[in-house]
Amino acid sequence: MIEIEHITKRYGETTVVDDVSMVIEPRTVTVIVGTSGSGKTTLLRMINRLVEPTSGTIKLDGTDNRSVPGHELRRSIGYAIQGNGLFPHRTVAQNIATVPSLLGWDAARIKARVDELLSLLQLDPAAFGPRYPHELSGGQQQRVGVARALAAEPNVLLMDEPFGALDPIIRTKAQEDLLAIQKRFGTTIILVTHDMEEAVHLGHRIAVMDAGRLVQYATPAEILARPANDFVETLIGTSDRPFKLLSLGAVGDAVEPGQASGEGIRAGASQRDALAELLWSGRAAMPVTSEDGAALGRVTVEGLLKRAARPQ
Amino acid sequence: MKAWIPLLLRLCLLALLIAFLTNPLWFEPLLKPLTQNGAPAIYNQGSLMSLAIQHLRTVAIATAAAIVVAVALAILVTRPVGVEFLPLSRSLVNIGQTFPPVAVLALAVPAVGFGEKPTLIALFLYGLLPIFENTLTGLTTTPANIVEAARGAGMTGWQRLLKVELPLSVPVILAGIRLSVVISLATATIGSTVAAKTLGEVIIAGLQSNNLAFVLQGGLIVAALAVLIYDALSALERMAAKRMGQVAA
Repeated sequence: MIEIEHITKRYGETTVVDDVSMVIEPRTVTVIVGTSGSGKTTLLRMINRLVEPTSGTIKLDGTDNRSVPGHELRRSIGYAIQGNGLFPHRTVAQNIATVPSLLGWDAARIKARVDELLSLLQLDPAAFGPRYPHELSGGQQQRVGVARALAAEPNVLLMDEPFGALDPIIRTKAQEDLLAIQKRFGTTIILVTHDMEEAVHLGHRIAVMDAGRLVQYATPAEILARPANDFVETLIGTSDRPFKLLSLGAVGDAVEPGQASGEGIRAGASQRDALAELLWSGRAAMPVTSEDGAALGRVTVEGLLKRAARPQ
Repeated sequence: MKAWIPLLLRLCLLALLIAFLTNPLWFEPLLKPLTQNGAPAIYNQGSLMSLAIQHLRTVAIATAAAIVVAVALAILVTRPVGVEFLPLSRSLVNIGQTFPPVAVLALAVPAVGFGEKPTLIALFLYGLLPIFENTLTGLTTTPANIVEAARGAGMTGWQRLLKVELPLSVPVILAGIRLSVVISLATATIGSTVAAKTLGEVIIAGLQSNNLAFVLQGGLIVAALAVLIYDALSALERMAAKRMGQVAA
């Protein structure tokens, strides 16, 4: 659990982060959203003390993060940044091994961990380990950046616009990978982005920052349904609000009894995908199957449209 | 196909240089037309080979000292504790560069006597600036996101310096060293005016006895050494840059 209590950061006269308090539950993904200059990155960097707050405290599992020297604290917290920041003079394996070697792990343990992470991110350890970062594609570099951040098995992973430099297709894949990793290791992830779409997709909870203040901190559904002010509403974008809302729910939750013909959809897919598929294929209903292929019922355009309406 | 031509030219130059230093008499017929009144065409007051080795030794010692001091100074002024010393250090190394080596020789002789020492001092001072400025550039232009990642990974200031900032600066530092070495190779010749054993001895002997052959052979040997060392260091620099993933120019 991460408790942020009355954190303020001032640079001279300018207040960058203004009295922010929030509690981040363990093993969840929290996304901090805001425009540039909203203080979201500064807030993130105060958690691992890359920036020291002017006032206020941050507690990690009840312990003040100032109780250990900054560099030791940072070794226990994963950190991934935009443009990955890989060390160009070190191989992929050496990059991933950065924190474990700072912590003094023995060579065998480091190698095992590097291989595990590379395999997990679908990079062949034998082929990619000895390569240099400039020999990789952007998406591969980003994955290595995530692997490096996770190398020392941190409980907390901080990510600053980690997908900002990726093209849309690779970004979607990287987001899926991140969610899978989060499920597997149970890491608490705090991610900064300016993209509300990404926030709604990834976050268990979303913190919206504006001009250094925390404007709203709630679940994605809550934020979509009841934006705290005009700023949050603008950030969501009014035109595709209903679709964002649908993207939060699984098809399995919208199943109605009955039959439908044609190609089906799996219960795990999002309701937004189901609606898109129905509209595109010109059907009013389509069958829903469970992950193992058993028929569960159907989804209808009508049913989905009801779910897309603003919750009362 | 064309890539090996420059290499071949350099190998030829190297072979020619070694041949000249080991068997200068082979080249006597070539240089003879430049002499007058039956003066010797090949320097005869000492071995050219040993002079060349002395010359290189002087440059090597002076440059090594300049590297140690300039790199250490650049590291100091880029640490939080040393930032205040940056303007002072800049002025000091700039003085070293603007002060003419001849003047340094003149001032150093009364203090340390004739011979190699005043030359070493002059070359050391003269060589500081390029190495210092390049190290400074290298250390201060490490890409921000890489420094950020190093901090985020929990490296201390010294770990960042040794594991990230210095290794990434190697190509730029090497460029500074190359510049410094080439300047020193040429400047070392004037050391012979205060009795240092360098190739300048040959040139000075030629000037004193109006023997163009001496001047030419002294100058050509220094020039050949400078070209070869310059190219070798450039190649080293390109290798380093390639390893850093930087595109070699």
